[in-house]
Amino acid sequence: MTLRLEGAAKRVGAEQHLHPLSLELQPGSFNVLLGRTLAGKTTLMRLMAGLDAPSAGRVLENGKDVTGQSVRHRDVAMVYQQFINYPAMTVYENIASPLRRQGKDKAEIDAKVRRTAAMLRIEPYLARLPAELSGGQQQRCAIARALVKGAGLLLLDEPLVNLDYKLREELRAELRDIFADGRTTVVYATTEPQEALILGGNVTVLHEGRMLQTGPTGEVFHAPASLDCAEVFSDPPMNVVDAILTNDRVALTDGTSLPLSAHDRNLPAGPCRVGIRANHLTVLRRSERLVPIRGRVELSEISGSETFIHLRHGGTTLIAREEGVHSHPIGSDIEVYADPDRIFVFSAAGRLVAAPNWRRRALRNIA
Amino acid sequence: MDKVQDNRAWFLIIPVFLIVAFSAVVPLMTVVNYSVQEIFGPGQTFFVGTEWFEAVLADDRLHDALVRQIIYSLAVLLIEIPLGILIALGMPGGRSARTSLTLVLLALPLLIPFNVVGTIWQIFGRGDIGLLGATFRAIGIDYNYTSNSAHAWITVLVMDVWHWTSLVALLCYAGLQSIPPAFYQAAKIDGASKWAVFRYIQLPKMRGVLIIAVLLRFMDSFMIYTEPFVLTGGGPGNSTTFLSQYLTQMAVGQFDIGKAAAFSIVYFLIVLLFSFVFYTIITRTGEGERK
Repeated sequence: MTLRLEGAAKRVGAEQHLHPLSLELQPGSFNVLLGRTLAGKTTLMRLMAGLDAPSAGRVLENGKDVTGQSVRHRDVAMVYQQFINYPAMTVYENIASPLRRQGKDKAEIDAKVRRTAAMLRIEPYLARLPAELSGGQQQRCAIARALVKGAGLLLLDEPLVNLDYKLREELRAELRDIFADGRTTVVYATTEPQEALILGGNVTVLHEGRMLQTGPTGEVFHAPASLDCAEVFSDPPMNVVDAILTNDRVALTDGTSLPLSAHDRNLPAGPCRVGIRANHLTVLRRSERLVPIRGRVELSEISGSETFIHLRHGGTTLIAREEGVHSHPIGSDIEVYADPDRIFVFSAAGRLVAAPNWRRRALRNIA
Repeated sequence: MDKVQDNRAWFLIIPVFLIVAFSAVVPLMTVVNYSVQEIFGPGQTFFVGTEWFEAVLADDRLHDALVRQIIYSLAVLLIEIPLGILIALGMPGGRSARTSLTLVLLALPLLIPFNVVGTIWQIFGRGDIGLLGATFRAIGIDYNYTSNSAHAWITVLVMDVWHWTSLVALLCYAGLQSIPPAFYQAAKIDGASKWAVFRYIQLPKMRGVLIIAVLLRFMDSFMIYTEPFVLTGGGPGNSTTFLSQYLTQMAVGQFDIGKAAAFSIVYFLIVLLFSFVFYTIITRTGEGERK
């Protein structure tokens, strides 16, 4: 279905949980809501589902105004953070329950339940109760229940957050294929930029109850409209340093100068803020083009097979990424290398001034 | 780091052993001892074997009391459990003044001593000064719990419902509060009816507390003593004489220590047996839904 929000907002008492936003989701599209905790993702989903009525604005399904219409009469399915299944029903009965409500005949129900269960790889457990399954399997059961309903709008509210790392990876990889049936409009809320990138589709970035940006996931990632948006869409958060922009170069406060050769020409001169993602700040100098930045190690943490080095540079802390597992003594001096072709320039107020052009060009070519 | 081999751990267990021995095992063994003796006075005891047990099992008045007791306990369960669930479902949730007020009102009957409950109902039911009795009289029903055994019986039952339904309601309320709101949302999105929400979400989630509620209410009602003792004294006739009251009559009234001891043991075994049966039935019901 086409879901349209027109100036939809949610206010509870004196608190504005969601500022007015307008958004249109195309039929069959995959949409990620990206934002930190309390960004308003769940509030927005509840408006989309019809669990709550917006305090202002309208919600339209296929052009029909459904604002204030009860969720019972909407064409939606939802999957939650918690694993929600009927505790006293077997997995089979759980998946069959939406079909039974629709009054489907026995053979059709059986076929659909088995097909969906097979897709989510829970076929061997159809006779079990949800409590007898692992967390991952319980969530698979909940997803199967939502899928089998065949609703026009499927909402997933951080469905993988309560699973352990391995299961999350596994299910995430499968989800994209599972939702690619083309009919259902899927909305998927997450706090993790990585998850948004893996799932693809469109992304809507939310921050403190406001919509910052919406568009194809790759485009938003490579050209975040504002500093807030870039920070939400980077993990670890984007490094931000104050600088002065002159003659298509940015000069950091310590005198380090980075050329903006991959960016638009003739940018307005003046104070600006430079954003560098951690993976474009490396310990290894892979090319002469990279510009050295000096700092003092504050912390070095290992995540998987990567090392993240937190270093003090001027008045700010920068995070650099290093391939492999390394240890850097705290307090030692270190030189990391920034790639000037990958940096983002924001205005002092935090609006995007320039993003690397070649990325956008490449994306346009793919599209 | 060799492990020290000694028996010092026993010193830690001995206090518990002693407490259990003096509070449970010794009294129980005394009762067992009495149950196989004919006692005429201090030092005048004779071993009689299983005679007392045979007498107990053949006692017609005891059979009547047992049947009365079983019907009473079943009636208590059949009324209090569904009523408690209904009250819990109707209670306001969240943290509001309304919730606190409801909880206090519900807890009130539980805070009243048993004999006071009996006295309250004794006065409440009187035709001359009691609100209930006077009301019945005013609308033309000849209500009298001291002379009509049906009236006495129903009054004892209603008194128990008044006293203990709150406990069931509070337990169920606790069970309901532990259900995450997402379950209700999910059911709403599924378009589930109120009955379906109750049957497939609330009832299964309340199973644990319901097991406790049924067991507690069964055991308590099966051993009820104080309230009917105060209200009716077991009468009129024997119509409200339940097992524990009959036991007391036997032990304290007639001073049949041996027979009463044998009866105590049988009584204890009956409670144990019934509780076990209830527990087994309830814990199996949920699993039975899995084909």
